[in-house]
Amino acid sequence: MSGTFVGMPAFPKAAHDAVNNPTLRGNLRHATQTIRGKREKAVAELSDWTALREAGKQIKDHALRHLDRYLVQLEESVTAAGGTVHWASDADEANRIVAGLVKETGESEVLKVKSMATQEIGLNEALAAEGIAAYETDLAELIVQLGEDRPSHILVPAIHRNRGEIRDIFAREMSEWGRPAPEGLADTSAELAEAARLHLREKFLRAKVGVSGANFMVAETGTLVVVESEGNGRMCLTLPETLISVVGIEKVVPSWRDLEVFLQTLPRSSTAERMNPYTSTWTGTTDEDGPKTFHLVLLDNGRTDTLADEVGRQALRCIRCSACLNVCPVYERAGGHAYGSVYPGPIGAILSPQLRGTQSEIDASLPYASSLCGACYEVCPVAIDIPEVLVHLRERVVEGGPVTREGTKVVLRPAKGHAAERTAMRAARWALGRPGVLRTGQRLASRTRRLHPRTLPGPGKAWSGTRDLPALPDEPFRDWWQRVHGGEGDEK
Amino acid sequence: MSSRERILGRVRRALADVPQDDTPYEDAIARGYLQEHDARSPEQAADLLAENLADYRAIVHRCTADDLAATIAGLLSARGARTVLVPPGLDLGWLAATGAEQLPDHADTTPHELDRIDSVVTGCAVAVAETGTIVLDGGPEQGRRRITLVPDHHICVVRVPDQVVSSIPQALSCLNPALPLTWISGPSATSDIELDRVEGVHGPRMFEVVLVTGMPDAGAVA
Repeated sequence: MSGTFVGMPAFPKAAHDAVNNPTLRGNLRHATQTIRGKREKAVAELSDWTALREAGKQIKDHALRHLDRYLVQLEESVTAAGGTVHWASDADEANRIVAGLVKETGESEVLKVKSMATQEIGLNEALAAEGIAAYETDLAELIVQLGEDRPSHILVPAIHRNRGEIRDIFAREMSEWGRPAPEGLADTSAELAEAARLHLREKFLRAKVGVSGANFMVAETGTLVVVESEGNGRMCLTLPETLISVVGIEKVVPSWRDLEVFLQTLPRSSTAERMNPYTSTWTGTTDEDGPKTFHLVLLDNGRTDTLADEVGRQALRCIRCSACLNVCPVYERAGGHAYGSVYPGPIGAILSPQLRGTQSEIDASLPYASSLCGACYEVCPVAIDIPEVLVHLRERVVEGGPVTREGTKVVLRPAKGHAAERTAMRAARWALGRPGVLRTGQRLASRTRRLHPRTLPGPGKAWSGTRDLPALPDEPFRDWWQRVHGGEGDEK
Repeated sequence: MSSRERILGRVRRALADVPQDDTPYEDAIARGYLQEHDARSPEQAADLLAENLADYRAIVHRCTADDLAATIAGLLSARGARTVLVPPGLDLGWLAATGAEQLPDHADTTPHELDRIDSVVTGCAVAVAETGTIVLDGGPEQGRRRITLVPDHHICVVRVPDQVVSSIPQALSCLNPALPLTWISGPSATSDIELDRVEGVHGPRMFEVVLVTGMPDAGAVA
């Protein structure tokens, strides 16, 4: 996974800045609370939600556990339907393939459907370096692109912006990219959506190349599925002559029938609708209906490394609904940017450090960007145990150990910055295994209690800056027990 | 080594801990969920379809086969449509009462030309009551995907009860994945600005569904 957000500070610093921005906090609180309530209602309509969730989990797990077989089957089905399949090990290779395919068409601009995979690999920037302009067509992505901003939510990337901010961005920037915003643009949602419609329509009608991701790929039939609301997806998937889809290898499901599970759970989990306004499915190319040429780029970029981790691989079940973001108390306060990745929130906290590795400061900090309250697990429509993976990754950061990077097994060293914690834990382990040492230490601690500082020095300072140190009793428990119950339960 | 071989090799090594399992896929997944969420008569399914379509701001009309041409003509004239796009296999009787100019769907029509057309009238492949969804599969009454996308006004005729199913599982089982499918639930919409739902961004801003009874079965639904 490429470092999309180069130079990001670690989570605590980024979150600290966000928490002190009242506009951002207000925008986020409004948005996450709105969608949380709606989602609960949409889910409650289905009496078999638990069974759908279990089936979704099993389908994705099965696909991942036989991923080699299903990828080969998918390749055969897509090829038989008239498409061409490409394989990309990492972001650079995927970007090279896409840029090459666009150049073959002789075009210098592409229209994009909102896609996490292409954001993850930094496709827009890579295409720009090759002289190819990539236009985002999802309204939220357009807001982000025009504002030279970064997405902060999986589903609604401009969730951190309010109407007034969006109006200002449109009025200022639209003319740089094409049709300007109408004079006297108001800050109502309807007027802003209309301005986006007019701005993008001229681009849709002349587009020759479309780039998309996909929500699902069906191995059995070679069918790709894109779920959306605005119709920008349909525009990009059907009007251009060439369609290029960049899709993570974990998006494959075995059979056509499997869609009956995800087309029920995805819309209700993400936008809290019974069904999203538009879903498009296509299988290769169709004569005189839609693109004449279809390319599928299958993307690894850290996914096989994630698959190699027995605990962490469940993150690959994710169907990118973003329900976990909307219930997360940490996301609600810190905002999406603090996570330093295109995948924010609880899922981002387990996905990014696995796709990218935990070497960087931000990735080493992400497993700690959680209160482990478990709300993310409760709402996940494919039952990813996010808290379990967070704890697993914390252990990896602190202790190091064997992991797979770029297909090769390596042994990670413990991350820097955790030395004090590690030393303390080792000392504790040593003392707890030696009753005599423990007793002496506890007595010593009790006798010196009046001398203890209120805050810790050195690396412990940050911890004690927001917490009270526990008060020590004037007598260790074991001494008290011995004194009061002495002789009844002799100490061994 | 090609990237294909590299990725497949990495997948196989990553799964080295996973025990061999040759259970056929049909038996591997516990599908304990429902095939439909309530037992419904065809009439009840049609009522629920109408209710859920309207809930997501599609405009629903109901008529008999005898009134269909007049109903469609009324919708076109209420909208002030001067031109209407016609899929290749549409029953022209449906348009017998309208004065709007009828334009056939050609493969070489440019998107700009489509953009100048006021309305489009189509049939559908199947409609899903529980979600308020219409599915188009490119059949002769529906035409290419783009004709129901670029014009701003889409009138879709659903044969009741033949083309109505209750649930998503039932819809998928009667659709052909080899065909390009478009699932439509209400008009184009966005919730990207403060999660405030606004209808009409890029697809048709007005989506009207005519539920028509007493039509001969088109044979679309098994």
